[in-house]
Amino acid sequence: MPEIRVTPLGAGQDVGRSCILVSIAGKNVMLDCGMHMGFNDDRRFPDFSYITQNGRLTDFLDCVIISHFHLDHCGALPYFSEMVGYDGPIYMTHPTQAICPILLEDYRKIAVDKKGEANFFTSQMIKDCMKKVVAVHLHQTVQVDDELEIKAYYAGHVLGAAMFQIKVGSESVVYTGDYNMTPDRHLGAAWIDKCRPNLLITESTYATTIRDSKRCRERDFLKKVHETVERGGKVLIPVFALGRAQELCILLETFWERMNLKVPIYFSTGLTEKANHYYKLFIPWTNQKIRKTFVQRNMFEFKHIKAFDRAFADNPGPMVSGGIAALNHPPVVFATPGMLHAGQSLQIFRKWAGNEKNMVIMPGYCVQGTVGHKILSGQRKLEMEGRQVLEVKMQVEYMSFSAHADAKGIMQLVGQAEPESVLLVHGEAKKMEFLKQKIEQELRVSCYMPANGETVTLPTSPSIPVGISLGLLKREMAQGLLPEAKKPRLLHGTLIMKDSNFRLVSSEQALKELGLAEHQLRFTCRVHLHDTRKEQEMALRVYSHLKSVLKDHCVQHLPDGSVTVESILIQAAAPSEDPGTKVLLVSWTYQDEELGSFLTSLLKKGRQLTQPPPLPSPSWTEPGLHVSTVGALSEQTLQVPSLGTETMCHVPTQAAVSS
Amino acid sequence: MKLTYCLSGHPTLPCNVLKFKSTTIMLDCGLDMTSTLNFLPLPLVQSPRLSNLPGWSLKDGNAFLDKTELIDLSTVDVILISNYHCMMALPYITEHTGFTGTVYATEPTVQIGRLLPSPLKDAVEVSTWRRCYTMQEVNSALSKIQLVGYSQKIELFGAVQVTPLSSGYALGSSNWIIQSHYEKVSYVSGSSLLTTHPQPMDQASLKNSDVLVLTGLTQIPTANPDGMVGEFCSNLALTVRNGGNVLVPCYPSGVIYDLLECLYQYIDSAGLSSVPLYFISPVANSSLEFSQIFAEWLCHNKQSKVYLPEPPFPHAELIQTNKLKHYPSIHGDFSNDFRQPCVVFTGHPSLRFGDVVHFMELWGKSSLNTIIFTEPDFSYLEALAPYQPLAMKCIYCPIDTRLNFIQVSKLLKEVQPLHVVCPEQYTQPPPAQSHRMDLMIDCQPPAMSYRRAEVLALPFKRRYEKIEIMPELADSLVPMEIKPGISLATVSAVLHTKDNKHLLQPPPRPAQPTSGKKRKRVSDDVPDCKVLKPLLSGSIPVEQFVQTLEKHGFSDIKVEDTAKGHIVLLQEAETLIQIEEDSTHIICDNDEMLRVRLRDLVLKFLQKF
Repeated sequence: MPEIRVTPLGAGQDVGRSCILVSIAGKNVMLDCGMHMGFNDDRRFPDFSYITQNGRLTDFLDCVIISHFHLDHCGALPYFSEMVGYDGPIYMTHPTQAICPILLEDYRKIAVDKKGEANFFTSQMIKDCMKKVVAVHLHQTVQVDDELEIKAYYAGHVLGAAMFQIKVGSESVVYTGDYNMTPDRHLGAAWIDKCRPNLLITESTYATTIRDSKRCRERDFLKKVHETVERGGKVLIPVFALGRAQELCILLETFWERMNLKVPIYFSTGLTEKANHYYKLFIPWTNQKIRKTFVQRNMFEFKHIKAFDRAFADNPGPMVSGGIAALNHPPVVFATPGMLHAGQSLQIFRKWAGNEKNMVIMPGYCVQGTVGHKILSGQRKLEMEGRQVLEVKMQVEYMSFSAHADAKGIMQLVGQAEPESVLLVHGEAKKMEFLKQKIEQELRVSCYMPANGETVTLPTSPSIPVGISLGLLKREMAQGLLPEAKKPRLLHGTLIMKDSNFRLVSSEQALKELGLAEHQLRFTCRVHLHDTRKEQEMALRVYSHLKSVLKDHCVQHLPDGSVTVESILIQAAAPSEDPGTKVLLVSWTYQDEELGSFLTSLLKKGRQLTQPPPLPSPSWTEPGLHVSTVGALSEQTLQVPSLGTETMCHVPTQAAVSS
Repeated sequence: MKLTYCLSGHPTLPCNVLKFKSTTIMLDCGLDMTSTLNFLPLPLVQSPRLSNLPGWSLKDGNAFLDKTELIDLSTVDVILISNYHCMMALPYITEHTGFTGTVYATEPTVQIGRLLPSPLKDAVEVSTWRRCYTMQEVNSALSKIQLVGYSQKIELFGAVQVTPLSSGYALGSSNWIIQSHYEKVSYVSGSSLLTTHPQPMDQASLKNSDVLVLTGLTQIPTANPDGMVGEFCSNLALTVRNGGNVLVPCYPSGVIYDLLECLYQYIDSAGLSSVPLYFISPVANSSLEFSQIFAEWLCHNKQSKVYLPEPPFPHAELIQTNKLKHYPSIHGDFSNDFRQPCVVFTGHPSLRFGDVVHFMELWGKSSLNTIIFTEPDFSYLEALAPYQPLAMKCIYCPIDTRLNFIQVSKLLKEVQPLHVVCPEQYTQPPPAQSHRMDLMIDCQPPAMSYRRAEVLALPFKRRYEKIEIMPELADSLVPMEIKPGISLATVSAVLHTKDNKHLLQPPPRPAQPTSGKKRKRVSDDVPDCKVLKPLLSGSIPVEQFVQTLEKHGFSDIKVEDTAKGHIVLLQEAETLIQIEEDSTHIICDNDEMLRVRLRDLVLKFLQKF
């Protein structure tokens, strides 16, 4: 029984370390290869030894697909390909291919240079890893091999994020990666066609949330930033360099312009300016509005947002009024990374945390174990490295700007794609449980939520594509024009299987192609009747009778005196010994068996023949008419003529019978 | 039935209609604009000299839209566009013919096609030129285009699949594959094997075509584009060094990107870095901006620049360093910035409209200046005719990167289509060089040619169609090996056809006979003869057959030899079975039980088909 098997190595009932193994029709595909931001030990990478203990990964995987550039989706890639060892193709979109190595390098620097980790992947490994990448376009069908094909769909979420359809023959799986069903200030909404996959693997970060309108959130955000700045506080917005950062920059930029604000906004690293360049060059991946207006004004060229020098972080409160002076006192700072787990955002946070005037706004999801997650869950005393305790006095705000689909959006996508089943990943178990019920009840689609290392097996029943000869198909379709609802018509043909080439042809063609002769099986039954009339006269009566009974059939009286019903031949003969007995010879081929045997029984049942109304001859009604069998074999020869072919193919060829 | 209707006589601006499996597909809708040359130039200010020239018409040009009555355009299901030069008749078809289908094109094709000038839309203010499209019509036509990417498979009515492939000629330019599961037509239009800025041509996907339709070859088969670019640079340098100005009439997109890239490398080494380059077009800015955002459609070198991230084309740097300046028109800022000597890129290449007309008037009288023709679409002599006599130098460096005949024969050898179909112009040497037998398509079997307003039947016959067998049905099939490697299975199934997709389902279980006491009419019992029995094959070995008969209780069996076989007599049952190599005939009394028993014994020895 064919089946699809799915095993999450990461992101099973968890957020982070996305890595899902899919086996479909004998092909093995790995979806994403992420790291976990909540761990610093072995657990930060997926356990690739699950795939194979001793062989090379390349032998077990047909391809790897990366959905987008976030590190929890691609952070383990150089480790996987260069340190564990994988040389097969890695597919991702062009923007992901462009940005992914930069984030990986950034990640590597923090891990190795700052934390001093040994045995981490090197810069060269990132480069070597990226050489194995094959870039894909949206909607392009990429033929991984003769059977396996993949296709990318727009996912919103971040620049270049894509959902992937993985297809072998008529079986398919769709993996959403992270996606967003509502367009935001810089990206469009995810979209997929009604591709009806066997399985849809979807993220479920916001499985239980139905978010209010984006506008309200934006207004709230601007209000909070503005109020803090007004009262002389500093605002820290931890973000990832690409993605939310650009959306919030566009938001603040337009607000600053409209309100004519002079307070500076800073971006923490050089990386960000570079990041904006990517957005400028990949304009076709942004939303409709930006694409339409980019010639007049490129939305990613910011006037109010400037690069930031690290020293500024030490300066005390802002002096909003003084033009140039204000430059030294940054009130609004975007800093990376977004979950306050390392780097500059954490540094600035530590410096500003003690002042209640300041504010930190967390615009996205924080993984368990990160400082971001801790302060969001209300913790105000943080244990830092070296047993140091940091007291958080600054205001902590959470604004959901994460571009993930909410429960409504997930349901919407499931509705769009119309999968047979759904599998949830990239979410928390409790929330998944809720969404799973909702999907099963509202959409009547079975839903799974395996934990890491747990395998879900889905039996599939793929139909088998074969080639049907056009002649056979057209013959059937022509008959199909007169549909008979009660009696479904059967198509009859022969399937020729040669190697992997399957063809369905008419039986005649199959015989011909194989150089085989048809074997004709013919039956001739003698129906004995007591009747003194001449043979010709008798034949005529049989003709009139059958004609009246068998209205839907072609009944003919041939010049030689015989009667045909379709291709069944009836002849009247007089056995020599007894002038009072006549024999009806009914002859048909195996292919006409039903009708032939019906006719003999019809002719035999003299009583039924006698019944009115349609009978033209009273002689048939005589009670003396009855049927009997006579012993001797007739000496006559029955000539069976060949009949016109029409659309039917099973026509007897001429056969001579000596009896 | 597959026919192509040829609606355009211009081989580089094709417009064909293909009928394939009950779909009607229009391949490109180019508009022949060479007749622009019949008009007088449209100068900035009325020029008495120009308007008094004899021989040129000021009359309208409805010859453009002289689409033939060959086919009812409202029956066209889809239009496939191969590049931005081949879509100028689109508004006519989508807005004036009752067309209700879909147009497919790539994003760069649409964005740049929108920018390209056409006398039909840019000359609307001028009363003497027939106004063909309004801006609304153009926008409405463009809004009907569905954007597609290379190698995207697009299903048409479940019957046909079309796929655009990179053709290497321009940003977003494509060839198309039109195929079903058993037939494949490739439409090759405007392709290039040279490495310029676009993504290289995808040749591999054209393999195994039944028919390859080949259009849009180079218009200047004798000129080598690389040599022409060299000549362009050296002539430009020569003129500028002597204090003259250079005028380059061109389209606002396409080869201009390559020319600017060449100049970017050339001007410093030639000591011309102080000479200003002006690009004047209402869409100059858009064209330059758009070129930088389509990285995914560019050649590998340019793509990898975006990963740095840097703009893929060096004209960004030329603009940044103020070496290249662009203006929407000669009015406004340009007149303030204008410094001579300089190089001006502007349109239209026909010299009949656009700002180029102004520069012809301005610079034509001085022999210091040079006009360099690079676009191959118009005869430069005819373009210049209304301006004669001219003192300025004329250099003709046509750069046409489309396939030449040597490349075509290389391509055909590589791709090996069963048949090649092309415009008749390509099957004979050009009229001006009738001795050049190398300037025509040479392939085996010879290419089939078509001419304007002709209908051509394509030389292939469909024999198979895809059908899906439901798994339950497949499980019930009993294959038997007839010959080594070849197995057969008889199939009796119910055919379902929906959206041009065919499916075979298992036959329904026979309905339980209704045990109602109601008397049935005779005709109700008449069997449905449409239930087909399989064909039989094989032969019956007489001895074994007789043994089988005995085993099943028949006695008193006699076998007689005949000329062709045997007769088996069952005397007790008054039955005779005649057995020959390819036939068996059972003759018996009307005893159905007996007949069925004998039949089943015979069938044991035969194979069913």
